[in-house]
Amino acid sequence: MSLPRYAARRLLLGLGQVVAVAAAVFLLVEALPGDAAVSLAGDNPDPARIAQIRATLGLDRPPLERLLDWLAGLARLDLGVSIVSGRPVAGILLDGLEPTLVLAGLTLLVLLPLAVLAGVAAAVREGRALDRALTSVSVALYAIPEFALAIVLIAVFGVGLGWLPPTAVGVPGLLAEPAVLVLPLVVLLARPICSISRLVRAGMIDALRSDYVRHALRLGLPVPRVRLAHALPNALAPAVQQVARTTDWLLGGVIVVEAVFVIPGLGTTLTGAVDGRDLPVVQGLALVFATTTVLVNLVADLAAFRLAPRA
Amino acid sequence: MIDHPSRRGFLGLTAGLTAAALTGCAARPTTGSTSTGGRLRAAFAGGGATEVLDPHLANLFVEAARSKAMFDKLADLGADVSPRPRLAERWEPSADLRRWRVTLRQASFHDGRPVRARDVLASYARILDPKRTFRAKSSLAVIDLANSRAVDERTVEFALKRPFVEFPNVLAAFGAYIVPEGAEDFTKPVGSGPFSFVSFQPGRSVLLKRNPGYWDGPPYLDELEFVIANEESARVNALLGGQVEYAHDLTPTTARQHGSRVTMVRSPNSGTQAFAMKVDRPPFDDPALREAMFLLADRRQLVDTVMPGAGQVGNDLFGKGYQYYADDIPQRVPDLDKARALIRKAGAEGLTVQITTSNAAAGFVESASVLADQIRRAGLKAEVVTGNKDTYWADILTRGSLVSFRSGSMPIETHIAQRLLSTSTTNATRWARPEFDALYDKAVSTADEAARRQTYHRMQEMLHAEGGLLVWGFADWIVGTAANVTGVSSAPANTLDWARFDKVRLG
Repeated sequence: MSLPRYAARRLLLGLGQVVAVAAAVFLLVEALPGDAAVSLAGDNPDPARIAQIRATLGLDRPPLERLLDWLAGLARLDLGVSIVSGRPVAGILLDGLEPTLVLAGLTLLVLLPLAVLAGVAAAVREGRALDRALTSVSVALYAIPEFALAIVLIAVFGVGLGWLPPTAVGVPGLLAEPAVLVLPLVVLLARPICSISRLVRAGMIDALRSDYVRHALRLGLPVPRVRLAHALPNALAPAVQQVARTTDWLLGGVIVVEAVFVIPGLGTTLTGAVDGRDLPVVQGLALVFATTTVLVNLVADLAAFRLAPRA
Repeated sequence: MIDHPSRRGFLGLTAGLTAAALTGCAARPTTGSTSTGGRLRAAFAGGGATEVLDPHLANLFVEAARSKAMFDKLADLGADVSPRPRLAERWEPSADLRRWRVTLRQASFHDGRPVRARDVLASYARILDPKRTFRAKSSLAVIDLANSRAVDERTVEFALKRPFVEFPNVLAAFGAYIVPEGAEDFTKPVGSGPFSFVSFQPGRSVLLKRNPGYWDGPPYLDELEFVIANEESARVNALLGGQVEYAHDLTPTTARQHGSRVTMVRSPNSGTQAFAMKVDRPPFDDPALREAMFLLADRRQLVDTVMPGAGQVGNDLFGKGYQYYADDIPQRVPDLDKARALIRKAGAEGLTVQITTSNAAAGFVESASVLADQIRRAGLKAEVVTGNKDTYWADILTRGSLVSFRSGSMPIETHIAQRLLSTSTTNATRWARPEFDALYDKAVSTADEAARRQTYHRMQEMLHAEGGLLVWGFADWIVGTAANVTGVSSAPANTLDWARFDKVRLG
């Protein structure tokens, strides 16, 4: 199959998946106990007041009608307004998207070269001291949950030594004060760097033992060139899939990291919207997450297709 | 003459209050010359996309604190949770307590317009709009707005639907802020408060600057920034790391751990911690079993477990330290033998008591499990059911027989009106007694202070003996501040001096 045809088929399938996810999320939020009116009333749950809030928000209309309204809006690229704050959903999503994109982008930027370097270095020295050291460190690091790592890092470098800001509280934009990014980035990098470098190492070891690498070496090509130009692309194919999963996870906002470091990204937006039963916002987020998942996986598959056409 | 005091008597009372307020003012400079300036950053838990700057929609603590910084109410609650004049310079009722004449201070909004009687009426009309759902609506419902009027620029005459001596409580109600007439767009709010609006990033930050012309003297701070950090650990870390100077709502554990590095300000009697028994259904429709619960509860153990070093034991009554609190009713102490006897008398041996709780408030689940152990010690079975935190407050109005409950501070009259009358809409104990309702009606139509105090006392005796609210503790509200911050008051949460930044300075 040619690359463009493969891409087109996958895109169409992806569109169907996104709409299905949006509808499923609508039903799931409907199934949660209580609605935005109950949540808004909070600790002052006068039943008459709740009923009136419900009427004001249009929550007394049949669910199917509301879902169809929302889908009709979607066709016009209108995501609707938050039922809790009345702000346009698109604006709320954009506000949350910026910090998440900054975090995810920088994490990937650091993650990819480091993971590949560590994986290749370990594979080339398979079984030797460096390989064993990298293996032990990555297995240990992978076992630490994000929140535990975050708490330790904040206690030591943020509060104890005072080298880095412990949170991103009150920072107008993450890039305006890059120091606030250091600790969250370390936490976000810790686990994916382990899993991806392990995959690169395994793929590289397989590739180095393969017939075509041995053939290239017999032909007298320089060793570094064989490793980088012939072995590495094959070794990367499985790692690319893992990078796609990592990207999903990063775009999901990594709720724990956002909460601990007070980064108002998509994860925070999602938690708030679910607590408030703010259906249009939850659905907008579902669209963003579904779309990125589909796109990221598509790109990963295309990249794998390109790197190792036999796969 | 006891029920109908002379107007002079009321003027005297009001003058006393005003004098107290003025003495308070005199201690402070009226110019900015001694101001130490600077920007104070205050971290609160917030609501992300749901946050609003419309003071009438305020619901969360951060919204209340921001509203207080930018807007004024006619009255606010003092340290004993009784109303103090604010924008209202004084108030005086008619002899029948149905008409109240409120005189406004000379004050102006941030855009220079004076605060007029019409702004007050328009603000209250907005809150009372039948199509809308502002929180203060039920408190203001006693006002007969159609018959209220602006006598002149600075005098409002309120007509009430019934005689109501506690009308100043209404003026101090949560969310009853005065906004300029016609204000609907609160993206750049204009109020008459000590700070004026600069910028807003929803869910992140609100920046305000001092209002040099504030009627109560300009704030010491140049700027005040509210920042949002939902996790308590994040608020503490930001404070410890010097990113904020004020961290709201900290736990007793944090206070003990970090008390040496930052200042912890405690506000006693801020939160009433209780279990609500529904008196209209089994098993707690039996007064003997309710009394058994009162006696088997070890309040000291509950306080020491849930809020170690940061609370006081309760005596099954709301509002310790507040005006009209019946502090002469003897403190209940655990008496397991008597509790067991009462359980036998109620024929409830072997009964399983279900405690409904949730993570809707800090300490709920812990206190429920401690109480479950105490119930078991008295020979009953106990089971803890954890409900949904987002819908908890609405759920417990109708469901469960014994539920975790807490309340912030409010006047005792308001607590009774909202939760303990047959007509109350948020009556979690289902307490409904015609004779109790009658006492309430008598209290709020009795102008004589001493007679009113007596009636409130009688009502609290009834609640203490037979009520459904097992009040086991009063929580301190804990706020952390950086070492250079002074002037943070320890008044109960939701009162005038709580989160009051115009009196705070950076040294």
